[in-house]
Amino acid sequence: MRSRARRFVELATTPLVPSDFWEVLDPLRGGANPRGRIVAVRPETRDAATLVIRPGRGWAGHTAGQYVRLGVDVDGVRQWRSYSLTSPPRPDGTITVTVKAVPDGVVSSFLVRRAAVGTLVHLDQAQGDFTLPLVRPAKALFVTAGSGITPVVGMLRDGAGGLDDVVLVHSAPRREDVIFGAELRGLAERGGLRLVERHTATEGRITPEQLAELVPDMTSRQTWACGPNDLLDALRETYDAAGRGDRLRTERFRPAVVAVGEGGTVTFADSAVTADADGATSLLDTGEANGVLMPSGCRMGICFGCVIPLREGSVRDLRNGAVTTAVAGDDIPVQTCVSAAAGPCRLGI
Amino acid sequence: MTTIQKQDHNPIAHLTAEDIANLGRELDALREKVIASRGASDAAYIRRVIKTQRVLEMGGRAVLLASRYKPAWFVGTAALSVAKILENMEIGHNVMHGQWDWMRDPKIHSTTWEWDHASPAEQWKHSHNELHHTYTNVLGKDNDLGYGIMRVDEGQRWHPAHLGQPLWNLINAIFFQYGIAAYDLELGKNLATRKRRQNPAFKARLSATLRKVRRQATKDYVVHPLLSGPSAPTTLAANLTANLIRNLWTHSVIMCGHFPEGVETFERTSIEGETRGEWYLRQMLGSANISGGPLMHLMTGNLSFQVEHHLFPDLPSNRYQEIAPHVRDLFERYGLTYTTGSLPKQVVSAWRKVIRLALPNDFLAKAPASAPPARPAARREVAEPARVAVAGS
Repeated sequence: MRSRARRFVELATTPLVPSDFWEVLDPLRGGANPRGRIVAVRPETRDAATLVIRPGRGWAGHTAGQYVRLGVDVDGVRQWRSYSLTSPPRPDGTITVTVKAVPDGVVSSFLVRRAAVGTLVHLDQAQGDFTLPLVRPAKALFVTAGSGITPVVGMLRDGAGGLDDVVLVHSAPRREDVIFGAELRGLAERGGLRLVERHTATEGRITPEQLAELVPDMTSRQTWACGPNDLLDALRETYDAAGRGDRLRTERFRPAVVAVGEGGTVTFADSAVTADADGATSLLDTGEANGVLMPSGCRMGICFGCVIPLREGSVRDLRNGAVTTAVAGDDIPVQTCVSAAAGPCRLGI
Repeated sequence: MTTIQKQDHNPIAHLTAEDIANLGRELDALREKVIASRGASDAAYIRRVIKTQRVLEMGGRAVLLASRYKPAWFVGTAALSVAKILENMEIGHNVMHGQWDWMRDPKIHSTTWEWDHASPAEQWKHSHNELHHTYTNVLGKDNDLGYGIMRVDEGQRWHPAHLGQPLWNLINAIFFQYGIAAYDLELGKNLATRKRRQNPAFKARLSATLRKVRRQATKDYVVHPLLSGPSAPTTLAANLTANLIRNLWTHSVIMCGHFPEGVETFERTSIEGETRGEWYLRQMLGSANISGGPLMHLMTGNLSFQVEHHLFPDLPSNRYQEIAPHVRDLFERYGLTYTTGSLPKQVVSAWRKVIRLALPNDFLAKAPASAPPARPAARREVAEPARVAVAGS
C-alpha cells in the first residue's frame, strides 16, 4: 500500500523524485545520503574545533570510535573527508566531530575557521571497527598522537565507566596542543584512567621501547592505537613479535597526499584495463587506445559527454593545469577528453 | 569554403591567422578568469533558482487544485508556466551543459539531471551539447539549422516543400518539446529506411523517448487533473496551457539564437583542421544575443547571452552577463559584428528569414521593395576559417 502511494506521488513529481520537493520544505531531507546541520562550534585548541551536528532523517547512529564521511561545500565545491566521531551515542541524537586544521587543508581549515552554526553538511553512515567490544576488556591501553585522540575520546566518553584499568599514552607537541586536554586530565584526576602525556616538541616522538617502559604490561593489554603511520607500524611489529598481534587494533588516518606527477598508470576499474599514460595524453585517448568503451562527445571539453568518475588518484586538466585529486569513496566526475593522468589514478569505467 | 561564395564581403577577411590565434588566447584568458572566481555565491545562485522553481511549481500546482475558480486558474497557470520555463532554460539546459558540474553536487550534475521535457536528457545532451555546440552553424552537420525541416540559410538548397515552412515553424513552436524529442531521435533520417527503423540502437532510443513522453503526459494530463477532483478539466486545460506557453517561449528564444539576420553559417569543409581560435570565431559569428533586463536573462536561461554561451557553454550561466562587455570589446577590437537586438526585433527577424527562405534565393531579389533592411548583413561573404588555418600552418 505504502509503495503504491509512493509510486503515485512519484508519478506526480517526475522527472524529479518526491524528496526533491521535500528538500525545499526541509533541507535535512532528500538525497541518498543523510544530511545534518551544524548546531554548535566549540574551539578546542588554537587549531582544532568541535562541531556539534544534528543529523537529519536516515542517520542510522554510530558506535563510539567509528568515523563518518562528512561532505561540506567549500567555496561552492562539495568536498568529502572522514572524521572520527568524538561523541558517544547521545539521547538528543546529536553527534560531534573534532577537526584539527592542517596546513593547506581545504576542508579542515574551513571547518575549524569558517564553518558557522546552521551550515548544512552531508553525511555517510558511520563506519569502522575501531570500537570497544561488547564485553569490555579487563585492561586497556590507548596509544594516540595528535588528532589520533579523536576516536579514543569517543570511546572514553562512552565506555570509560565500563573499563576498570585504562592507560592512555597521548603525544602532542606541547601541553596546550592536547585536544581535550582539560577533560582528559580531569578524568585522570578522578581515577578514571592513567594518563601519560608526551610533549614531543621537547621530548621527541615516543618509541615502542619507551612505551614498554611506561607501560610494562602493554602487550598483555587490549590496545587501540591511532596516530602517524610510523608509530602504528612500530607498534604492530612489537605486538607481533610478542605474539600478541591480536590484541592491537589500529586506526589509520588516510594519507591525504596523493602522488602527483606527469602521467601515470591509469586503471579503468570496471573494464579491468590498466595502461601507462604520459601527462599530455587525455584519459579518453588512453582509454580508447586500450579498448575501453569510453563515453565521448566533442573531445574538446565543452559537451560533458565523456564525464566519468575519478575513483582514486590525481588527474590534470590539460587546459589550465588544475589538478583534481580523489581518495577512495570520492568519485569525482572528470572530463576525460581534457584530463590527463597526474600520477596513478583509477577511473570508474 | 563558405556557404555563400558569391557574396561581396567576408567578415573576417581583415584577420590574419595570428589575429585569430590571439583572439583565441584572449578568450581562453577570459574563461580562466571566470573559472578561477567560481565559488560559493555562484553555487548559492543556482540553488536559489532551483528552490524558486520548485516553490513556484508546487505553489502553482497547489493553486490549480481549485482551478475551476477563474482567479486560481490564472494564478496557477502563470506560476506553472514560469516554473516550467525556468526548469527548461536556466536550470535544465544549463545543468545538462555541465555548467554546475564543478560543484560536485550529484543532484545538480550534467550526468544525473533529468528535465521536465519530452526528450530524455541523454539524447538531448548528444544532439545539443555534442552536435550543435561542436558544429555550430555548419551546414549539413548542425541540424539545429532549421531542425532538418526548414531552410534558414541561403546556402541550404531550396525545395518546394520549403514553401510550407512558415506553417511548419508555427506547428513546431506549438509542439516544441515533441519537436525537439523527434529531432533528438533524428526521426526524419531514422524512419526513412526499413534498415534504420530496425536498428536496435534507434529502437532503444525511441522507446526511451516514448517512456519519457508517457511519464510526462501522465503527470500533467492525468495525475494532477485527477488530484484536482472537481477541478480536473480546468487543471488539464491549465497544464496544457502552461506547456504551450513554455513551448512558444522556448521556441522564440531559441530561434533568436541562430536564425536572425546577421548570423553567419559555414560550409562543412570550412571546419577541417579548425584551430581553437577559429572555433571561437565561428561561435562569435554564428550566434545572436537578445537585449533586455535581468528578468529577460533569467527567463531565457541566459541564452540572451547566446554569443557568450556559445563561446563558453560550460561556464555558469549567471556569469555570462559580466563577461559580455569584455566579449563585446573583443568584437570591436577585432572588427566583428556583435549581433544583438530586443526579443521582438529578433523574433521578427528570425520569422522573416523563415518566410523569406521558404522561397528560392533570388525570388525576392526580383522584388526589392519587400527585401528586409537587414539583408545586406546576411548577404555578406561569410568567414573562411579553414583557408586561414591552412595559410597559417
